[in-house]
Amino acid sequence: MDKKKAVVYPYIPNSEPSIKQQMLDEIGAASVEALYADIPETLRLKGKMNLPEPFLSESDLVRHVEELLAQNATCKDFLNFRGAGCYQHFVPAVCDEINGRSEFLTAYAGEPYDDHGRFQALFEYSSMMGELLEMDVVNVPTYDGFQAVATSIRMACRLTDRNEALVCGAINPDKLSMITNYCLPDISIKQIDIDRMTGNINFSALEKAISKKTAVVYYENPSYLGLITIQGAEIAKLAHRHGAECVVGVDPISLGVLSPPAVYGADIVCGDIQSLGMHIQFGGGQAGFIATCDEEKYLMEYPSRLFGITPTSVPGEYGFGDVAYERTSFAIREQGKEWVGTASALWGITAGVYLALMGPQGLAEIGKVILEKSHYAAKQLAAIKGVQSPAFDGPYFREFVVDFNGTGKTVAEINATLLAQGIFGGKDLSQEYPELGNCAIYCVTELHRQADIDRMVAAVKEIVK
Amino acid sequence: MMEDIMKFRYTDGKPNLRRFHQARWDEPIIFELSQPGQRGVLVTETESEVRDTVGDILSTIPETMRRKQLPALPEMSQAQVLRHYLRLSQENLGADLNVDIGQGTCTMKYNPKVNEQLARLPGIAEIHPLQDEETVQGILEIMYQFEQMLKEISGMARFSFQSQAGSQSIYTCAAIMRAYHQARGEADQRDEVITTIFSHPSDAACAKVAGFKVITLYPGSNGYPDFAALKAAVSERTAGLMITNPEDTGIFNPYIADFVNIIHEVGGLCFYDQANANGILGITRARDAGFDMCHFNLHKTFATPHGCGGPGGGAAGVSEELAKFLPVPVVEWDGNKYYLDYNRPDSIGKIRSFYGVAPVILKAYAWVMSLGADGLREVAEIAVLNNNYLLKKMLEIPGVSAPYAVGKPRKEQVRYSWQELYEETGVSSEDIGLRAADFGLHYWTSHHPFVVPEPNTLEPTESYTKAEIDEYVAVLRQIAEEARTNPELVKTAPHNSTVHRIDDHDPLDKPDQWAVTWRAYLRKLKQSKA
Repeated sequence: MDKKKAVVYPYIPNSEPSIKQQMLDEIGAASVEALYADIPETLRLKGKMNLPEPFLSESDLVRHVEELLAQNATCKDFLNFRGAGCYQHFVPAVCDEINGRSEFLTAYAGEPYDDHGRFQALFEYSSMMGELLEMDVVNVPTYDGFQAVATSIRMACRLTDRNEALVCGAINPDKLSMITNYCLPDISIKQIDIDRMTGNINFSALEKAISKKTAVVYYENPSYLGLITIQGAEIAKLAHRHGAECVVGVDPISLGVLSPPAVYGADIVCGDIQSLGMHIQFGGGQAGFIATCDEEKYLMEYPSRLFGITPTSVPGEYGFGDVAYERTSFAIREQGKEWVGTASALWGITAGVYLALMGPQGLAEIGKVILEKSHYAAKQLAAIKGVQSPAFDGPYFREFVVDFNGTGKTVAEINATLLAQGIFGGKDLSQEYPELGNCAIYCVTELHRQADIDRMVAAVKEIVK
Repeated sequence: MMEDIMKFRYTDGKPNLRRFHQARWDEPIIFELSQPGQRGVLVTETESEVRDTVGDILSTIPETMRRKQLPALPEMSQAQVLRHYLRLSQENLGADLNVDIGQGTCTMKYNPKVNEQLARLPGIAEIHPLQDEETVQGILEIMYQFEQMLKEISGMARFSFQSQAGSQSIYTCAAIMRAYHQARGEADQRDEVITTIFSHPSDAACAKVAGFKVITLYPGSNGYPDFAALKAAVSERTAGLMITNPEDTGIFNPYIADFVNIIHEVGGLCFYDQANANGILGITRARDAGFDMCHFNLHKTFATPHGCGGPGGGAAGVSEELAKFLPVPVVEWDGNKYYLDYNRPDSIGKIRSFYGVAPVILKAYAWVMSLGADGLREVAEIAVLNNNYLLKKMLEIPGVSAPYAVGKPRKEQVRYSWQELYEETGVSSEDIGLRAADFGLHYWTSHHPFVVPEPNTLEPTESYTKAEIDEYVAVLRQIAEEARTNPELVKTAPHNSTVHRIDDHDPLDKPDQWAVTWRAYLRKLKQSKA
């Protein structure tokens, strides 16, 4: 017997030779090889795959992976001021407790009868998001905020039977790339430049660009540059006057203090829920939401699962099931709306836990704390000679642009020195917005203490003096 | 004492069925638990000096953009929130607790706990995607090395892990197909994608979103997709083929290389849907059959958990010729350090934010590193052995059959049919599934449309013991017996589950009744009473 056969793998119980033999005997096969007889010789891999030697024992595996991960510097050890789509907020312990539960973590696509808990938890997630957004329909999460926008745009195009999307205000260039790709080949994405003075939506340019061909006007509040649009109602009116849908992207963690977009006229609201209880995870905690009113024509355009509440055969019992399942690709393949599949359900459950823990008061408080701390950081930076902070005048939430052009230093130089001091400075915008010169976008959340902000500001001051 | 228990549990050396009952907490909807004033967590307070510096912060937000009324979220103490969700978790089965061989095609294998622990370490959980490259060398090395592994497993030249799940990988490959034809100036002409009915619905649906028309092939009597139909379908309009093998029936199509050739001959590309590659790891590779692209689901073949429906992980692999189209960025090694390469002018751009689901990539990497080449092959061999053992045992139950390729071994799964039992008793496959819940087991029929009548798809993977497979079969045997002796028992199931059968589907299908949120439910309830 060769060495390989001596291994009984802990994850492969029937690799134990006597059981293997028993099973072969039962099916009357001479060997496992016989079960592959129908795969032609020409397609068979000759010899063994060239893979690294494994760490067969769990303890050796742990050492190996721990050593690799030890090469990463974490945002627990470093002071982090980067956001730009992935946000370091506090994660309450109960969030991790629930998403680590075997029953949720390892379940998949069970029926409402054996996976009742999953259906209820996701229905509740949608319901709490509905309260936050003041909208009646919220989907089971899609992949991420990018996908939520892209699908919202496709939904709007189907609703209006038009194929032009106007994207206004500052938007993450990666997101724009994803949306553009996703809308090929039938939808044209037109970007309306930002107003160079305010950094915000250029309303007159939007007025010029919109027409009866426009399916959707999309913008974000706050925008990629952290700015809050004050013309929400005007934009919605303009879109509606031209028969277009108004789609607004938001971060739900802002909605304890900011108005939900439905109030100022949005038809579809979308975004990412990573802020609601997901660790940053190198970008692995993203998940998207889409919300609309409860009109049939809107609901029928969702590609996603929508879990609804329903009576069962026992009076008083809550049951759950798929609402309007026949619209999905699971039911009718390519005739369905886009596609549905595995996306981000566990993060939806986690966001529900987060919202339940925070409650109305918690959401209002965290919004206020983020506003206070980010404004404090902007102000302290502004006191540094040559630094303009914030670079734009309008209201902002959590993120703001800092203009270093007057310092004679590039953002790259500043960030390199900050890094040496254990600080991840704001995201460099000089590649994405070359016309802004040396600007960076700083992100400040409730996790930053005054001392953290003061330390960063003192470091910047020293670097640019 | 032990002897008594064994006597009770086993009869004639065969296990009796479990007296399972799922938790039934009658747990209220979370809003019903709300009590004004309760708090689940308190938020950190702003330092007084900070507050003094910024003043009345809410006044910085224009009146029109300020929230006027607090959101009507539940107000609960922390332990109450915990208890509520723990109860809901108990009302969910999860693969850790049940013998989850009833979700065929989904590869419900064991998700090692050690990988979960590793994925929660601060070295992955607390790193920001925009950190400087020199501060994330550990995760970049994992991504780079895992790519080398998947290249070896598939024979492909490059991989992207950006997609969050299988369908998004399929879409990635459909978008690459479009970009390839565009680069050759044939995008307008080549607008048809060919798939098969036993390939995942997303192979058809993602191709459609990417702008293609979809042609679907059905199986011939041997269970292989109909070759004559393929020949009739190909033309200068063919953009490509998107196909699974083995298909959902578990039948490996030995003529797959001919399928690939015929597509190549007319200038199309071939994509191999390997969401589930569990039966062929180390046995046969996508590139060796001529495929230009393939994808793996890390949450299926590579043992990362399914999370109630994500996040999973998708790995899209391509040939050398197509590598330039992959999403940006890809991870590179310059001989000194790992880095993210965005300078790829032919790339299709972004598919998802950042670089995919990093903790899932880490878990999949750890899983491969725990097994190596021999272990991966053992995974495939035992998955196939388990499946053929299950097939033998299933076919011993009167009323069940395994259509197509009768008498031939299957790969990792089988789509069974209960048609015979249905005709005899009126008990459908759906009914059997609901009754299986009474025994603490998942059971899945199949994707739509039901080409196999009264379908049921089982996939035992490599993870379950012989005794566990026997137990699953014993339950189905029992239910088939009940269908004959007491059909009402099956047709009114579940009885031991958290909830009972939903008889009336109007509240899920009628616009004036459906309710996707609690607020919509309360509104419609009020309307119906008015």
